[in-house]
Amino acid sequence: MQIKPILAALRHHKAGTLLIAAQIALTLAIVCNALFIIHARLVRLHQPSGIDEASLLVIGNQWAGKPGSDQMASLMAADLDTLRKVPGVANVYATNTFPLGNGGMALGVSHSPDKLKSVTTSGIYFADENALATLGLKLVEGRNFRPDEIGQLDRQGYVKPDVVIITRALAALMFPQRSAIGQPIYISAKPSIVIGIVDELRTPWVDTSFAKWADYSTLIPYRELTPIVQYIVRVQPGQLDEVMHRVRAALYAANRLRVISPKDGVRSFAQVREQAYRDDRGMAILMSGISVILLLITGAGIVGLTSFWVGQRRKQIGVRRALGATRHDILSYFLTENLLIAVGGVVLGGVLAIGLNLWLMKQFELDRLAPGYLLAGVVTLLLLGQGAVLAPALRASRVPPVEATRSI
Amino acid sequence: MESMLAYYLRLGVRSLRRNPVLTVLMVLAIGVGVAASMTTYAVFRAVSANPLPDKSAQLFAPLIDVWGPQERGNGDDIPDAFTYTDAMALMRDRKAARQTAIYPLNHTLIPADVSREPFYVTGYAAYADFFPMFETPFVYGGGWNREQDDARAAVVVISSQLNQQLFGGANSVGRSVRLDDHDYRIVGVMADWNPRPRFYDVNNSGGFNDPPDFILPFTQAVDTHTDTAGNNNCYGSAGRDPGWDGWLRSNCVWVSLWVELPDSAAVQAYRDYLQGYGAEQNRAGRFHWPPNAQLFDLTQWLQHEKVVPPETRMSLLLSLGFLLVCLVNTVGLLLAKFMRRAGEIGVRRALGASRREIWTQYLAEAAMVGVAGGVVGLLLTGVGMLSIGLVFDPEIARMTHMSVGLIGLTLLCALVATVVAAFYPTWRAAHVQPAWQLKSQ
Repeated sequence: MQIKPILAALRHHKAGTLLIAAQIALTLAIVCNALFIIHARLVRLHQPSGIDEASLLVIGNQWAGKPGSDQMASLMAADLDTLRKVPGVANVYATNTFPLGNGGMALGVSHSPDKLKSVTTSGIYFADENALATLGLKLVEGRNFRPDEIGQLDRQGYVKPDVVIITRALAALMFPQRSAIGQPIYISAKPSIVIGIVDELRTPWVDTSFAKWADYSTLIPYRELTPIVQYIVRVQPGQLDEVMHRVRAALYAANRLRVISPKDGVRSFAQVREQAYRDDRGMAILMSGISVILLLITGAGIVGLTSFWVGQRRKQIGVRRALGATRHDILSYFLTENLLIAVGGVVLGGVLAIGLNLWLMKQFELDRLAPGYLLAGVVTLLLLGQGAVLAPALRASRVPPVEATRSI
Repeated sequence: MESMLAYYLRLGVRSLRRNPVLTVLMVLAIGVGVAASMTTYAVFRAVSANPLPDKSAQLFAPLIDVWGPQERGNGDDIPDAFTYTDAMALMRDRKAARQTAIYPLNHTLIPADVSREPFYVTGYAAYADFFPMFETPFVYGGGWNREQDDARAAVVVISSQLNQQLFGGANSVGRSVRLDDHDYRIVGVMADWNPRPRFYDVNNSGGFNDPPDFILPFTQAVDTHTDTAGNNNCYGSAGRDPGWDGWLRSNCVWVSLWVELPDSAAVQAYRDYLQGYGAEQNRAGRFHWPPNAQLFDLTQWLQHEKVVPPETRMSLLLSLGFLLVCLVNTVGLLLAKFMRRAGEIGVRRALGASRREIWTQYLAEAAMVGVAGGVVGLLLTGVGMLSIGLVFDPEIARMTHMSVGLIGLTLLCALVATVVAAFYPTWRAAHVQPAWQLKSQ
């Protein structure tokens, strides 16, 4: 197929050509950035938290009437006992927060009591001897907490544990050369000895601004004596729904002076995850919807303009056919014409896409656009162009040679 | 002239009918583009609204650098709340026309009727100035006074919703409610009042949640050792004394402060006062760095706290980009449509039609596409508003609804966009040479 005559013909349709190219360029710039954002969000949606989410549920409990510390300790012990007796419950512990919980305590971790020299920030989980088994965390080195190590933290108390369990990522960060077991770290003015290392446990926050230290979690051997407590319950296989229905009633039967929200007081981790990543899922839906419609509109626009050109050039097509051009020649003429315009469009669009990405990076702390997305966008738009032009081009190829002799 | 316009409109309808697919395509493209933009714009407008338009220029949130530059990474902000110590010092000095320290509270409410289960309520600890400063409307009673602040009175202002729940909406002033372990005498019942974003709490929350159930004196909340339900940020707290008093004396920041400054002289005076306060702390040996005070007015504060979620801005921009593509698309399709009738235009021009008449005729045709696009856009915006909850936080979704303004804006946007898009194609149409066209026939 000769390109020169096509280019010559396009010069007669400057405006239409430029408009299609501009539309392709803008669509490419938007769609490949959207694809990139969608993928980043979907990755977040499925980010493992490190815990066995499928078998876990969480109960948010608030004591009514502001009981004192001693009273709260015994209320909590009684609740843990009650929960253990609920049929289908495998294990349970009380804590301040949980992965995907989007709230909790963060402390700087240092090699010395000097807070100014903290190596990183760490998410703090209150835990007892049942925490690892309940969450399904794998201990890769060291040991679990012993029951006699579990302390109690009053309101406005100050966290200074003797021993801690940390994640593998935090251990590697603090002690890159040797095993962290037996080493002291400082999350308070007092040294805390690392006694165990768990494989993976994300901090409670899903916000990207916390991503830098999302793998650096620390389990501390405390029960927190504040009016609000979270019970993490591990259920026996296949019993999640039954247990979810039983626990609230069981706790109220034991003691009514409490609030467990009937709406979202008891949640499975599937629900917790859904809520934690709602914005991400929303963005992925919105971006996908807009991208699909955008591609449809651009495709339809190409169909519309090419149809017009075909209609306009019926006579020339007839002349070419009469002079011996095959139907295939006519078809490939229009396909090539579209390809030329589309290539122009994607070149411009590529530049726009990178520019848009640079701007988004500044505005929204996005990452740099990976070349794969640009490539995927380019291929999509070239295929879309060819697909859109196919119907009008086929119609053009069916113009009979006799058209040359007709005048309008 | 009117009859000519009617004639053009009739011509337009006929022309649009001649290529129904092309027409539908244009109308749909404009409708979808406008609907996406309007839906995301409605969300954006809701979250970026000024919660107190008539008062916002007089309300200020001060900040002081309590932790010093050493605590901050490069370019980080100073803490966005006060320590108890500093908040109380500023409250005592009363250098503003009105001022209130605030912190959020969680309580369980224990109904007097023992057969009813306790339930969860949220509210704020504040000073008497809170109500006049923020123009809180009341259905019954009112706020408390400064003497009651000083007396640490066990009084409370409750929301109309809580009043409905507890007293069936009757005047409950003088009655009492039990919040955890204390009884509070109701002095006022607020009317439905929920300025959003909740500017006075955006350093603790997203700012779009349900209205608070109650507001009670700050002094009373501190007296009863009620913890903050919001953020409590401590820095280098290794030396903190145990217990409630240790926490109050610590450098943990958890108190918000708002001041009312009626004019620019008052603003300048308060700025100087804050700077002076920092210098005084420096001299006293508490701060070891040059004083660094900031004073944000309400709208600046909302920006400082980044209240508009990035998702909202991003989706608005995405939709505008989308609308732009739809418009480029419309320009192309209109061009095709108009130029297809070059022959007809040539004949009309040769028969004496002026350029101006061609302009009018074709812009009228485009305007019809615009109006149809606007109607489709309106329907789709309605669908969009219903599905906002799928994409945005339900708290934000609840704030957006179809309004007369939005309907008008949707139609106007579609019409203006289409007419703008029609400009170039119409210009081309108007410049068709009459002789040329006739010759080629």
